[in-house]
Amino acid sequence: MFKHLRNPLLFWRRNPLLLWRRTPLTRYTVLNRNIIIIMLLITIIPLTCMLILNNFQYKTHLRNQMMAPLYAMTEKTRHSFELFMDQRLAIMRFISATYSVENLGNEQVIHKILTSLKKERYGFVDIGLINTKGDLVSYVGPYSLLGKNYSEQISFQETRIKGQYISNVFLGHRKYPHIVIAVQVITDNGEIWVLRATIDTDFFDTLISSMGLERSSDAFLVNSDGILQTNSLYCGNTLEKCTLKLPSKGVKSRGVETKDANKQDIIIVSSGFSIADYILVIVQPQAVALKSWYALQTEMLIIFLISLTVIIFAIVQMTAVLIKRIKTSDERRESVLIELQHAQKLSSIGRLAAGVAHEINNPLAIINEKAGLMLDLIDLSTDFNQKTKFGELTQSILTSVDRCRKITHRLLGFSKRIDVKIEPIQINTVIREVIGFLEKDILYRRLEVNLKLSDTLEPILSDQGQIQQVLLNLLTNAFAAVQDELGRVDVETKNIQDKGVEIKITDNGCGISKEIIKNIFDPFFTTKKEEGTGLGLSISYGIITKLGGEIFVDSTQGKGSVFTIIFPEKTNKMESENENSEN
Amino acid sequence: MKIQKIKILLIDDEEEFISTLAERLELRGYLCKTAVDGQSGIQMVANEPFDIAILDLMMPGLNGLDTLRQIKKITPDLPVILLTGHGSTKDGMEGMRIGAFDFLIKPLDIYALIDKIKLALGQTPQVKS
Repeated sequence: MFKHLRNPLLFWRRNPLLLWRRTPLTRYTVLNRNIIIIMLLITIIPLTCMLILNNFQYKTHLRNQMMAPLYAMTEKTRHSFELFMDQRLAIMRFISATYSVENLGNEQVIHKILTSLKKERYGFVDIGLINTKGDLVSYVGPYSLLGKNYSEQISFQETRIKGQYISNVFLGHRKYPHIVIAVQVITDNGEIWVLRATIDTDFFDTLISSMGLERSSDAFLVNSDGILQTNSLYCGNTLEKCTLKLPSKGVKSRGVETKDANKQDIIIVSSGFSIADYILVIVQPQAVALKSWYALQTEMLIIFLISLTVIIFAIVQMTAVLIKRIKTSDERRESVLIELQHAQKLSSIGRLAAGVAHEINNPLAIINEKAGLMLDLIDLSTDFNQKTKFGELTQSILTSVDRCRKITHRLLGFSKRIDVKIEPIQINTVIREVIGFLEKDILYRRLEVNLKLSDTLEPILSDQGQIQQVLLNLLTNAFAAVQDELGRVDVETKNIQDKGVEIKITDNGCGISKEIIKNIFDPFFTTKKEEGTGLGLSISYGIITKLGGEIFVDSTQGKGSVFTIIFPEKTNKMESENENSEN
Repeated sequence: MKIQKIKILLIDDEEEFISTLAERLELRGYLCKTAVDGQSGIQMVANEPFDIAILDLMMPGLNGLDTLRQIKKITPDLPVILLTGHGSTKDGMEGMRIGAFDFLIKPLDIYALIDKIKLALGQTPQVKS
């Protein structure tokens, strides 16, 4: 009956708690997104930090591991070079010390020396003696250089000052790379002469190839001006300018990472010679040097990506479950709130109805009395030709007033449950009141309602309003279950032995299946989908339990259902009752 | 009965209601006096004797229950029938506790009222619905 009074708009406005529900989708989407973002951040940031840190540490460690053998190799090779050159110098020194200038000036003697040196495969090409003036006084070799003056050459000057000299590589007359080594020869009268020899550079290549470098690596000699002294794989040929920018000269080995002309990452390890103006350089592409590192890096990246995928998947799934739960609980709360609102609305409507009914009763009483008086007067008069007609009319007014009275009394009676209190109740009266409330439904649908109420039913101490609601719920359900015209609902009351009242409501409706019976008292369980809140029976159950009663169901599908309620003679929980009086 | 008419006091704020009710009761052989508020009702009870009083519970000014208390102070033996427009029996029960004879809900059924009057005066009630 209150259905037409429902105003959903008003309902939303009046309930600020429910305001945000206007855009529930957006709200849950935002929440979902925020949780995912936060969880991703707190898992991925540490993971990424660890990856970067590990990456850096491994790289440092691996580079050290990798550079060490390069340094060792460079040192060893440089040493071999120096040893080789030292050896040549030692031979020259030996000759200068053993032979006098006069002996060396002798063509035959010097020829003999060169011949024996060549036998030993020391790479000597020619040998000559230069006097203090710089004139080549004695020479044996493939060229005719006798008489040539060397006084302006660095080799001559440097040898006279330092005692020995090793030149850079130069192309001789045969267009073949050579170096010159020279030592002092001191005569008996203290003059400084120079013994000068040319050596071919075959041994350079021999030494470099003996290093056993990887194919893509490069090793070569260069002088301090950056002129290549041997052939290089990447940087040019002998006597060309080196294309790489080399680290400054130093005796100790040092490594530099840089990029070559093709923008490839390379490592350059260089080591300067102490006895000559040479720098040994090893160039290794980083790709080769760090091959193991790259493999490890790839593995780490793969593991990282896999964990990332797993984490993202887990987070998204977990969040979805979480949001679903929140949504479900929100929906439940919403249902409860709606039910509460509904109850409150019913209660205020009840109050309003009571007020209206009361106000209407006064004018109704006046109409009643006026019409009654008219009827009295008509009855008393004898000479009134319209007596019958007026009698009928007045009676009709009285009948209508009576109908109005029934309605207002019913409204008043029904609204009584607002004022909750424990009082003596005649269950039979309550049943009649509720049936009276549903009278129209019964009439229109031509249902058969049999009241088998016990005349000796004991009154019970309970809450009339609550019992009214329970009976209304159960009877409405029973009426909903039966068919029009064929439907029959029996209501039976009787006293039971251990002091209480039993109410039995039997219908011949559709019945309830076994699966549903298990759930019918659960909150939110409904078979009415959109129409029902699923709270009717659970509220009834709650009320009955609170009042200390019990409820049983027995149903056969297709034949009907029997709801049996037992109320005790006295309700024990009076205090708790008053707390929940608004329900 | 005509020699000694039963004298009824009607107290109700609804002038139209009590005047008509008085007329109807007079048609049935009762003598009626009316008061439109509690205070004047109490005054009349104090000034002259009545056989029975009919009192509305909901009145502006002095309400029905307080009026009943005052009347009972003056004439404890005067039977009082309460009228109420409200469905709640709470006030009616309270009135009964104070000493009212019975209570009826508006609009009235005249025969029910007459039955109650007769019961209150110890006469045999008419059996009529």
